[in-house]
Formats: sequence, structure tokens, C-alpha cells
Amino acid sequence: MSTRHQFEYVGTRPIRHDGMDKVTGRAAFGADFSLPGMLYGAVLRSPHAHARIVSIDTTAAEALPGVKAVVTGRDIAKTNKKVYLGGEGALDLADMGDNALAHEKALYHGHAIAAVAASSLEIAQEAARLIRVDFEVLEPAMTLERALAKDAPILHPEMTTGGKPLEHMTGPTNIAARMEIKRGDVEAGFAEADLVVEHEFRTPMVHQGYIEPHATVARAGADGRIVVWTTTQAPFLVRDACAGILHLDAANIRVIPSEIGGGFGGKIPVYLEPLAIVLSKKSGRPVKMVMDRDEVFRATGPTSGCHITMKLGAKRDGTLVAASASMWYEAGAYKGSPFGAAAMCALACYNIPNFFVESHDVVLNKPKVAAYRAPGSPMATFATESLVDEIARRLKIDPIELRLKNAVASGDHAPYGPKYGPIGLKQVLEAAQAHPHWSAPLKPNQGRGVACGFWFNAGMNSSATVSVDSDGSATVVTGNPDIGGMRAAQALMVSEELGIPVERVRPVVADTDTAGYTDLTAGSRVCYATGMAVINAAEDAREQLRLRAAKVWKLEPDQVVWEHGEARSLIAGDDRQPMTLATIASTLAKTGGPIIGRASVNAPMAGPAFSANICDLEVDPDTGCSKVVRYTTVQDAGRAVHPSFVEGQMQGGASQGIGWALNEEYVFNAKGAMENAGFLDYRMPVASDLPMIDTVIVEVANPSHPYGVRGVGEVPIVPPLAAVANAMRGATGVRFGQLPMSPPRVLAELEARKEEPAVALSSGS
Amino acid sequence: MVTEVSRIHVDTTINSEPVEFLCDGSQSLLSALRDEVGLTGTKEGCSTGDCGACSILLDGRLVPSCLVLAAEAQGRSVTTIEGIAQDGHLHPVQQQFLQHAALQCGICTPGFIVAAKALLDAIPNPTETEARYWLAGNLCRCTGYDKIIRAVMDAAAETQKATV
Amino acid sequence: MARVFLSNEMLSGTGGLDVLDIDAPRVHELVAQLVARFPRLTPEMFDRLAVAIDGEIHNDADYLPLAADSEVHFVPRIAGG
Repeated sequence: MSTRHQFEYVGTRPIRHDGMDKVTGRAAFGADFSLPGMLYGAVLRSPHAHARIVSIDTTAAEALPGVKAVVTGRDIAKTNKKVYLGGEGALDLADMGDNALAHEKALYHGHAIAAVAASSLEIAQEAARLIRVDFEVLEPAMTLERALAKDAPILHPEMTTGGKPLEHMTGPTNIAARMEIKRGDVEAGFAEADLVVEHEFRTPMVHQGYIEPHATVARAGADGRIVVWTTTQAPFLVRDACAGILHLDAANIRVIPSEIGGGFGGKIPVYLEPLAIVLSKKSGRPVKMVMDRDEVFRATGPTSGCHITMKLGAKRDGTLVAASASMWYEAGAYKGSPFGAAAMCALACYNIPNFFVESHDVVLNKPKVAAYRAPGSPMATFATESLVDEIARRLKIDPIELRLKNAVASGDHAPYGPKYGPIGLKQVLEAAQAHPHWSAPLKPNQGRGVACGFWFNAGMNSSATVSVDSDGSATVVTGNPDIGGMRAAQALMVSEELGIPVERVRPVVADTDTAGYTDLTAGSRVCYATGMAVINAAEDAREQLRLRAAKVWKLEPDQVVWEHGEARSLIAGDDRQPMTLATIASTLAKTGGPIIGRASVNAPMAGPAFSANICDLEVDPDTGCSKVVRYTTVQDAGRAVHPSFVEGQMQGGASQGIGWALNEEYVFNAKGAMENAGFLDYRMPVASDLPMIDTVIVEVANPSHPYGVRGVGEVPIVPPLAAVANAMRGATGVRFGQLPMSPPRVLAELEARKEEPAVALSSGS
Repeated sequence: MVTEVSRIHVDTTINSEPVEFLCDGSQSLLSALRDEVGLTGTKEGCSTGDCGACSILLDGRLVPSCLVLAAEAQGRSVTTIEGIAQDGHLHPVQQQFLQHAALQCGICTPGFIVAAKALLDAIPNPTETEARYWLAGNLCRCTGYDKIIRAVMDAAAETQKATV
Repeated sequence: MARVFLSNEMLSGTGGLDVLDIDAPRVHELVAQLVARFPRLTPEMFDRLAVAIDGEIHNDADYLPLAADSEVHFVPRIAGG
């Protein structure tokens, strides 16, 4: 398709349609919803990180006045169904269901064992405390080392290593899968290198940190119809997953998404929904369940901690000639870390003729990991970009020049196989190089780091309708919860196609009964794939308008053209006045009936995104405390439909990456319980931690999309871990392979260095 | 064993209107606002006073309503997000949040707007640093705070111009 | 002839062969030929994978046409977060 480059509405910055609701407190999020006669649900969670559930006695709980239903794993038979998400392989509903409510084993501290519905939350919580569980406590595996040891506690006795296991990977194991990608001859590659650098990297388990806890209201009717109001990134997934887990007919389940207070991947799986449904069925009343912050940390889906050893080889002139990596990703209690994406992304920015990357999915007694913004890529990129920085330092080559020298471009092969189409990595790096930040002077104790990164950007299924209303306005309906401003972007697309002002477009997020099937809000896919469906639906509506004008004028279709919001006759010398959309709309009932444009797509995964970040870090040598004093992010967005929201994604992802690099981590005690399950000690960046975050949007059009749009939501979190670590290297001389680079760790390293022969502390790049 | 606890009757003023509600002795003002009075604009993010999503003004003072007992509202004046706009007119902070696109998911927005109004009431012309430290008690995971701070600084400038 | 690059989990079924040339009008027929030639390749394996055709990665590639010189890669499915 040919890409459009001239726009009237796309690229402007209208106020979002749901903005008034959001700044006045009117917008209804998950916990804001209530129904008459509603019960409140509470969950009993495992106090052990690893235990066999021998028996559960719910008699005392059920006898408590006010308790209307109690459910345990006994009430939900296991399933072997899968939901084909379209990404990351089929979602295993047996795992998701067992995670939502344990059957034979408790596999992490906080694992749901039972749920209660009662007339008040206090009674439900009291009842949960009265449930007697007989556990056979087992030793937990809380580290990769323990999970991989010869005498490791085995979480799933039936587990075998999938993908490409090595010969010795047989017998009881915690390795769920292994994969490899390779090219050329890595031994020969390293042999011809003039410089080889190698390092070990460890990143901790971290949480997406959305401010809104999970919340659900379920109402199961006596007629078998179930309605679920829930805060989710994926209403159709909630429907299909609950149907599979609970052995119900998806046709009888309606999922209505609330406004969503952040997700970043963590609100893709179901946690409370199946419990609320079963409690509602058992009690005959609607049931509301809301997690508290403690539960969100302990019992939802953080992302993997990991261990990566990586080696890079380069020629003296900076050409990368060889790479090898061994990656081990924590899956948590069930298989499914982003180990595959990690392997595919690690070297995605560079043309390296010889490489070997192996990656492993390892289960251990931590919460089952969920997606977190470009899952797998930030950690892998932390490793690669730290080593590229080392090479630049040792060869005394400018870090951006070195990256440009090796950067992939259109026609190059991605490390996971296919050729890249038009991509913008070089343009992004050049824009970073040209930015005043790159050449600004540094002060004492400051260091500058640069890093780049990659994400695929998903496609998948989306549906949209655009209906023309009799007052000349239009309504666009899609099925993607709006986390970051997509309704405004969709309205801009409809404006562009129909030629009407964006205030005259009503963007609506519908539910699983009222929207056509649509895949999740994630994967950086909504502006691209759902946007494609919206544009196609608007084109369909426009075509119907054009034909309606032709019909009214009694002209042939090819004698009428649609331009700038009106139909015009092409007959030479014709004195007919153009018919505006408003005019046609006002007479629809008399000229043939309503006009509804519709479209659906299963978009390919095409249009990957690259980002580069520059970070200036100031480190206090007396406390180890560091502060980001300047930050710039550059990203290829293909086409920025609403630039303010593209900038917002860039700034938000950078901020999460900074937190991941400097402070955030799950701290587990010896018994496997998280010690910092609250916002005080799980330390995310606050306003006083950060400077303004400068953004530069580069636009290299994606030919797979009519406007050239590339997904923008995820790649922002990919470069910051290394950008901050490289800045730390510049400020302190210390190459940190372990995150977070929190003050105690930095201070310990600085103190240790005082004992050693002096290493030249550089104060800049 | 759960025993009967008599509920406390509270007479208070919320957003300039007299309001009465019943609450338990241990119930937070956040819970009372949302569940007894039906004002769900104030949000629960953590219930430990660490995220600021529950920010309200109590007798004009910025507090996390999750750490205030509902009974403490007796005889006092409470301002929530629902009371920030006056007579249908948005407060400059609300208007600037919309202009700057200083919200993405919007869950932290009510808390930020209440906190920012309190900032400008206390410090009409804050520096960027003063604004960042005042708002350090409000967590946002979506925006990285850039557009929020710009919105607050512009609201301050706009208010300054109006009062000159 | 499409040049076909296989994924990790297929290699034990093909005896280690990871690149081959196949003549097929669509992905559907290409997969049928692979399954016929290597009986240890299962439909479940293909369900778990996406197919890249000349650089575009598809989740529903079955009925997409292949050109005479198409480059086809079987890659893991990625959705993101």
C-alpha cells in the first residue's frame, strides 16, 4: 500500500475525549463499580513458598454469619485448554487456572488457596482466616542457582524441557524450555576479534507498578449468563480464559472493561475474574473483588529476574564480529518467561556475522511472571549495550559512532531470521548524536551513558465500526481498553478519513458483546493494528457516503469523488453544489438508511521500533546515591498520530527503566516471602527523582500501515537500563552487571575501589 | 468471631456541602468517601499512605485519606477531586493537565490535581524543584512526571497572570 | 522455490536440517509438505509459531501466497505487554 504523508488532523494535539472525566474524578475505574445486593470477596493466600496442599477445611468459614460462598481448587476442575492469544504461543489455561486458585500445590508465597464471598469485606477476610489448610511444607527454590541445582526442589514433577533441550536435560527438571539462535561460526568469529569483552549480568524480579490494583465485579445469573466488569487490557481474553478455566461457554460470558489504571502487560492474565465468577455462581449474588497493594506485589505477575553471561568480539575499527550469550530467565511458578523474545532482541540492533545465543525458561517459587513492556528485551539489551559501551571505551571510539557502524538497516537480516523492512535505527542514532544533550558539558561526579534498543511491535486481530450519525458526527467503536490516549488517536484517524473535526467524532471502547473480536491492548499494537481497522472502517463509511451522493444525484459512482469531507460531481461544468457529510447524514433515513463502515484485520507483525536514550547521572561518592540530571529519548514512531501521547509513552517507559536500573527489586526472605510488598520499600521513581525528559520523534514510515504508524508503547523501556548503567560507568568507573544500582551497592563498590589500585574515574563519555 | 460494632455517625462538610454518613471506628476516610458517600473520584492505590492517589484536603490541608479515620472528618471540611472545579469551571490545574496531556491512564490524576491545587494555594509561584518535591508524594507510573510538572508550572503562571 | 528456515523445536524432527527449499503456492501447502517429509513434525508445533514471509511476520499465515523466491522463517510468536 502507498503511505500517506500529508495530513490535516493526524499529527495535531486535540484534548482527549475522555479528558474531562479523568480530571474531575468522573471516570469509572475497576473498583469504582458496584451493583445492588453485591457481596465482597477475599482470598486466602499461601503462607508458604512451596507446599503440598494436603487438605482444606472450610467448615468454620462457611458457618460464619454473613458468608455466602467459599471456593477452593476442589470446585474448579483443571482444564487442558489453551487460548491462542496470537503471541508467545498459546496461553496455557491449566497454568493460568491453577495460578488463580491452587489445586495440589502452593507454588509461591501468596498463591491463592481459597476465596470467600460475604456481605462485607471484613466478614470475608475474617472467614478466610478461619479456613484450615493442612500443608506439607517443601523447600522452596528461590534463586536460579537453587532451581537449577542437581538436588533442586522440583516444582512440577511432570515437567520436561521443551524447544531445543541439551542432551543432558532429561529427568526431573525446573527448566521448562531452551532455545537457540545462531549464525555463522562463533568460534572463528572470536578468533578473528581484536578485542573480546565478557561480563555477567543479573537483573531482579520487578513489577509493572500500575497504581490501580486489580478489581472485578462478576454477576452470574440463574439463566447461566455471566457479566464481568473488570479492569483489564484484554476483555476478549478474560472471556475466553474464564470460559476455558471454568468449563463454561464463552457465548454466555460478557466482559465489560472499566477504565484501566495502568497495565504494562500485568493486566493481561486473569487473577480475580474466575474466582469472582465461581463465588457469584455459588452465592447467587454479584461479587466484587479488589486486590490490596500487598496482594498486587505478591500474587500478580511481575517480570523475570534473569542471569545473562554475554561475550562480544570486535575488530580494532569497531566492527562487531562475534557474540555469544547464555540467558536464564525466571518464569516464576509456571512456565512462560519471555526467554524467547530476550534471545531474539539481544542482538537485534546490529549486524553481527557470527553469534550463538541460548536462552532458558526456568520455574522457581516466585509469582508466575506476566508480560512487562517489551518483555525480555530490557534485560537482554542491558547486557548487550553495556558490552558495546565497554568496547567503545576500550577502542576509544565514540559510542554512537560505534553503534552507527554496526547498526542494522532495511534489507539486513534480524538475528531471529527475517529481513528488516524499512527501519529507523540509524536515523534514531543520528538524531541522538545531533541532540545538544550529547555534546553538553558534564560536571564533577557526573557520567553520560547512551544505549539503543529494539522491539518487534505486534499485529494481531482488531475490529472497528464507524457509523455516521444524522447530525453529521461519527462514532467509532473498538474493543481495546484505552490505557494511554488511543481514543484520541482513533478519533484523529476518523477525522482524517471523513474530513470532519475531531470534536465531532465519538470514540467508544465497547465490550465483548458489542465490539467485534479484538486482541489485547498490548504489544504496541493498538495504534497500528486497531488503527488500521479504524482507518479501513472509516474508508468503508466514506465510500458508502460517496455512493449515497451518487445515488441522490443520479450519477454513476465513478462520476462522484469524495474530498475534504464532501462529495463532489466530476462532470465538467456541472453546477451541483458539493454535498457535505452533514448534508448526506441529515437525510440518511430518506435516501437508503444508516451508514456504518466496518473493518477487521489480522495485522502482520511489521514495523519494528528502535529507540536511543542518553542519560546523565550524578553520583554522590559519599552515599552512593545517584540522580538522573538529564535524560533524552529518541524513537522512531513511523507516524505520530497524536504526538503528545507518543511523547508520553517515551517518557513513561524511560521512567520505568530508570527505576529498574536504580532502585526497584523484589526482596525475598529465606522463607520465600517478599519483604518489600509496598510502595515505600518497592521504590519507584517519584517526581523529585527525575528531570524533564526530552523527547525526539523520528518518523521512518512503516509501509505496512496506511499512515506509516509503528507501535510506540514498549520500546521506550528497552534502552534505559543500559543507558543508566553506562552513565554510572562514566560517573564512577564501575561497570555494574547487577541491578538495581541502589545506593548501598554503589557505595560498597566505591569503598572497595578505594582499597584497589586506582582506576581512572572518567567524568564523561 | 465478628461481633456487632455500633457505627459512628459523622456530620461533615464535603466540597462545601453538608454531608452525613455512618462509618466503623476503624474505617478510613478514603473508604467512607468511596463506599458510604459514593464519591469514587478519590482512588485507592496502596492504603499505606505511599502513593497519593487518595489525596484530599482536610480543612485545606493536603492529606492521604487512607491514613485518616473517617470519624476524624466530624465537624471538619473535606475537599475531594469532585469539588475542585467550581460552578462548572475547571481549575487552572485541571485545564493545564488536559492541554499538556499530563495524564495517560488517569488513575493518579485526581490525587495529583488535589495535591497541585494545595501546592499553588501554599506556594503561588513555585520553582520546578519546589513543585517536584511537593508532588513527590504522588506516584505516577505512566508519564514520568514531565508533562505533569509542565502543567502545574503553567497553571501557576496562569494563576499569577490572573491575579496581577 | 521458497527458502525455508525452521525453528528450534523442529530440528529434532528434521535430523538437524534447519534450512531447505520448498516449492509451494501458499504456507498451507508448504507446511503440508514439511509434515509429509518429516513425520515427527506435529501440527501443534506449527500452531505455536508465527511465519515470516519476506520480513513480515504473520500469526495467520496459512493461506498467504508465496512467491517463487520468498524467504520464509518460522519464529516464536510474540505479543508483548
